[in-house]
Amino acid sequence: MNRPWRRSSLLVGGVLTVAMVAMALVSLVWTPYPPTKIDILHKLAAPSAAHLLGTDPFGRDVLSMIMAGARSSLSVALIAVVVGAGIGIPLGALASAMGGWIDNLVMRATDLAFAFPALLTAVMITALAGPGAVNAMLAIGIFNIPVFARVARGAALAVRAQEFVMAARATGRGEAAIMWRHVLPNISAVLLVQATIQFALAIVADAGLSYLGLGTQPPFPSWGRMLNDAQTFIYRAPLLAVFPGVAITLSVLGLNLLGDGLRDLLDPRLSRER
Amino acid sequence: MSGFIARRLVALVLTLLAASLVVFLVLDVLPGDPASLMLGTSAREDTLAALRHQMGLDQPAWVRYLAWIWGLVRGDFGISYTYSVPVSELIGQRVMVSLPLAVMAILLSTAIAIPVGVLAAARRGRAADTTLMGIAQVGVALPNFWLGLLLILLFAVTLPLFPASGFAGWDKGAWAAIRSLLLPALALALPQAAILARVTRSAVLETLGQDYVRTALAKGLTGAAALWRHAVPNALIPVVTIIGLQFSFLMAGTVIIENVFTLPGLGRLIFQAIAQRDLIVVQDLVVLLAGSVIVVNFLVDLAYLGLDPRISREGAQ
Repeated sequence: MNRPWRRSSLLVGGVLTVAMVAMALVSLVWTPYPPTKIDILHKLAAPSAAHLLGTDPFGRDVLSMIMAGARSSLSVALIAVVVGAGIGIPLGALASAMGGWIDNLVMRATDLAFAFPALLTAVMITALAGPGAVNAMLAIGIFNIPVFARVARGAALAVRAQEFVMAARATGRGEAAIMWRHVLPNISAVLLVQATIQFALAIVADAGLSYLGLGTQPPFPSWGRMLNDAQTFIYRAPLLAVFPGVAITLSVLGLNLLGDGLRDLLDPRLSRER
Repeated sequence: MSGFIARRLVALVLTLLAASLVVFLVLDVLPGDPASLMLGTSAREDTLAALRHQMGLDQPAWVRYLAWIWGLVRGDFGISYTYSVPVSELIGQRVMVSLPLAVMAILLSTAIAIPVGVLAAARRGRAADTTLMGIAQVGVALPNFWLGLLLILLFAVTLPLFPASGFAGWDKGAWAAIRSLLLPALALALPQAAILARVTRSAVLETLGQDYVRTALAKGLTGAAALWRHAVPNALIPVVTIIGLQFSFLMAGTVIIENVFTLPGLGRLIFQAIAQRDLIVVQDLVVLLAGSVIVVNFLVDLAYLGLDPRISREGAQ
């Protein structure tokens, strides 16, 4: 696509992502009301000056819940990506450096992992191991491992075939030094873009798990749980089913745009033909 | 070419076995004793032991694994602890909801995505392209279960055209059944269509730049003919790959959407079975779904052979 479009995707994505992170951080110190404060007298209130997004069936302030929900969503997604990248990248780098049966083993293991429907398996793991934010992080994180392993291996193989790596090897550098000094810095851009995409996917997965009651547990608010609660009252208070979904969609949209923009910025070759 | 298929078949069987082993081990390691769940916490130790013996839970893990696999091979999926009916019967009933749902979603998604993708590619850089791809960008970000809620809000609450939840059943006639699956299918289809439209667009752009398209134009074909006869068919390979991947995603992705629309499909069955620690049902279903992913991937590879003869030649070498 043309240049202004690219720049605007980076800009819009960046703004949305920063807004989401800021909302989560502000919720640590300030929300309009305490997000768990029940106020039955003002339940299911329409949006007003007192409650900008209205209140839920327990009279809790929806805006405050969405702000606090950003915190749980972000932390689950962040840890899930860190788990996936932290295990997957070393695995992929190892596979690319060792080749042979190690490479084969890692690749077949990722094939196998991709055969499992990620969301379904995450549902299974969280339901059996016990619902909650920590198990949700792990269940989503596990499925990020093969993704990062694949991407890291592919990118590392491409870098290792380049002349400066051969030159480094000719000067007698060891494999570990080559990986650390030459390969990793050169694949970090690709990995950063992938991390942005996985972050977006993790937010959707977390919302799905918490919709099913398997993610962050009440009374702490989560976007998915809010949508589930809203469904019961969909005839009386339809807006309750709208706001948390907008929050999820804008976060995912922001991260996706940021990922696209970063890819174009960091490696224009990847997107010349798009 | 037959050697290529044979190698792929061996890999297929090995992957299926490995998948079943992983499922078995994960369920064996995770907490939850079906026997004590069935009898409650007040059950006496000897009653528990008797039930465990009856269910075969006192056997070593490898014996239980082999017995399970041997059963699967013979088509015996075991007996559900909670429903006390053969699991194959349960799956047979539920698949009549999930499979039509996934098929409808794939059809809707393909029917929307391919024209949109081709149009965007043909109008590259112009208003139509930018608008369609902007919409697709938002579509990719929509979680399907929220889209489901919005569709309920729009077409069941505001305009009461479709049921908000539940499944009519095929015995009420095909239209009643399809009508109750239409909103969930649409909720599944639209985000998938957004992804597919983007893939179609870049695949068509790629083939539009090829020499054979230039040749076609040079010998006097109109732009439309060159597009539909040369660029689009050759762009189908990545599109078919994504459709294959989406099908397996949809079969498993129904777990949430079936809960949103309270549909009695495989996703809801597995969700309830997990909650009740009906492990044999969970085991069977996860292997079945992972198996269908593996088999679909295999079929996609075969479809490549049909779409691009060059691949089989390389594979045969």
